[in-house]
Amino acid sequence: MNPSLLPLGELSRALERGEARPSAVLEECLSRTARLDGKVHAFLRLTEDQARAAAKAADERRARKAPLSPIDGVPVGLKDLFCQAGVETTAGSRILKGYHPPYDATVVRKLREAGAVLVGKLNMDEFAMGSSTENSAYGPTRNPWDLERTPGGSSGGSAAAVAARFVPGTLGTDTGGSIRQPAALVGCVGIKPTYGRVSRYGVVAFASSLDQVGPFAQDVRGVALLLRAIAGRDPNDQTSSLRPVPDYDAELEKPVRGLTIGVPKEYFGEGLDPAVEKSVRAGVAALEREGCTVRPISLPNSPHAIATYYLVATAEASSNLARYDGIRYGYRAQARGSLLELYEKTRAAGFGAEVKRRILLGTYALSAGYYDAYYLRAQKVRALIRRDFDQAFAAGVDAVVSPTSPWAAFRLGEKVDDPLAMYLNDIYTVPVNLAGLPGISVPSGFTQAGLPIGMQLVGRPFEEGTLLRLARAAERALALPHRLPPLLERA
Amino acid sequence: MAIDRNTVRHVARLARLALTEEEEERTAAQLGHVLEYIERLKAVDIEGIEPLSFAGDASEAEPVMRDDEVRPGLPRDKVLGEAPEQDGSAFVVPRILE
Repeated sequence: MNPSLLPLGELSRALERGEARPSAVLEECLSRTARLDGKVHAFLRLTEDQARAAAKAADERRARKAPLSPIDGVPVGLKDLFCQAGVETTAGSRILKGYHPPYDATVVRKLREAGAVLVGKLNMDEFAMGSSTENSAYGPTRNPWDLERTPGGSSGGSAAAVAARFVPGTLGTDTGGSIRQPAALVGCVGIKPTYGRVSRYGVVAFASSLDQVGPFAQDVRGVALLLRAIAGRDPNDQTSSLRPVPDYDAELEKPVRGLTIGVPKEYFGEGLDPAVEKSVRAGVAALEREGCTVRPISLPNSPHAIATYYLVATAEASSNLARYDGIRYGYRAQARGSLLELYEKTRAAGFGAEVKRRILLGTYALSAGYYDAYYLRAQKVRALIRRDFDQAFAAGVDAVVSPTSPWAAFRLGEKVDDPLAMYLNDIYTVPVNLAGLPGISVPSGFTQAGLPIGMQLVGRPFEEGTLLRLARAAERALALPHRLPPLLERA
Repeated sequence: MAIDRNTVRHVARLARLALTEEEEERTAAQLGHVLEYIERLKAVDIEGIEPLSFAGDASEAEPVMRDDEVRPGLPRDKVLGEAPEQDGSAFVVPRILE
């Protein structure tokens, strides 16, 4: 097979064996992107010259046959909220149009140090607020499996680029499901690590108690390799954990026999598409065949997660987004009068509708007289949501399994005018962010119409290794037929 | 829960967002709709529960101190170069004192 079509984990082996050359892989990726991204709109911009130079340097390292990082020479795309020195970074917003960060995010520096070839910046919902990538100020991204449908969001560009085989791996962020949900909707693997596992330095902030960085790839090994490259303590992010980063790759093929999977009844209730339920239950059965014990559990406070999330996340966003004021970077509106007028006009013209809605909701929830009733109450319900998971883990559950999203990819425009309907996309993913736990989405099958379905696994804090091992077991046991999106079949 | 236009206007001012009349109208309706959904949290028994604001590992929450050493910052020209208006040494803003 053309090495540029290989899942990242297999491409890594091909590079190691000298069966593929970084520059050749990059050229294949760039030409496929040039041919097809007009239809998908995954990339906001490509950094082709830098990528070619990086790939050429990787060619030389590979030719010397020195021991290298497993992602050395692998093309990687970045959601457009990772600061990359000198490369425009907009977070999908008009207000950051033309912003060229003077420094690299820590994860960007780590990818470079590991030899990854950075290919460009990927589309996203503005400031990561959304579940369909329709809130981008630069137009929506489309799902490579059906161009009339969304790839999910907010990291829709990161997911679509992997599914369309534009690049073998990408990075995204996940505040309420923004890695796992799009991974499910495009049929790839995406992991949201434990809060604190990956540095957020240089990552445009949305909700700081929830945001986490994570990778996408077509296979479980691919996300394991990327995660290992980006995880770890960073003196520039005080929330990053001091715990050593395990060799996730070494965990993958270990047996899962004896692990216990909890199936929470609250995650299989009303609103779940029967086709999705059937596929996820088949995924659970596959893990059972691999020797896992399956046990029904209850997470009774998870149904409160969406309401909790839309208070916590918007409150934090209203504070984080105060910095966009037209003074130090980005867009500034014409205003002849006062400084206040300059702020108000800049923000009115610079932010899109959903971002304004969330800033207003968050400001309202934090405003005098409402703090206790909304924000404080939400933080207490959040503690209950976390406690449910802690109790399940204490009772011997190693991972909680559920659908990633209640439905497969939906049509563009279907939910965009109804904020609440859009928020319900994240019903199964949001509790995981509130609890600070690691979660992974792995493909479990397809609908009759050929749309991908994802299964979510949630683990104990810092047990990404166990999750990856389970996801790998599901991938192996399900052995889904190798299918390419129709977009690629035709090409 | 209904939100009136005056409340929206007040919150918009706090958030430094200029809204058109049409946006005020729409925001009032949409926020009301979302707040109505959020009202369900009032039914949750939170008696005696401590709020969770840091979802990381408690053992990790210990402050990690570094030596207070002078380190180079970002190059000034590059940082100022990103500003909509600057004079080579500072950001330029509208006059705030008469």
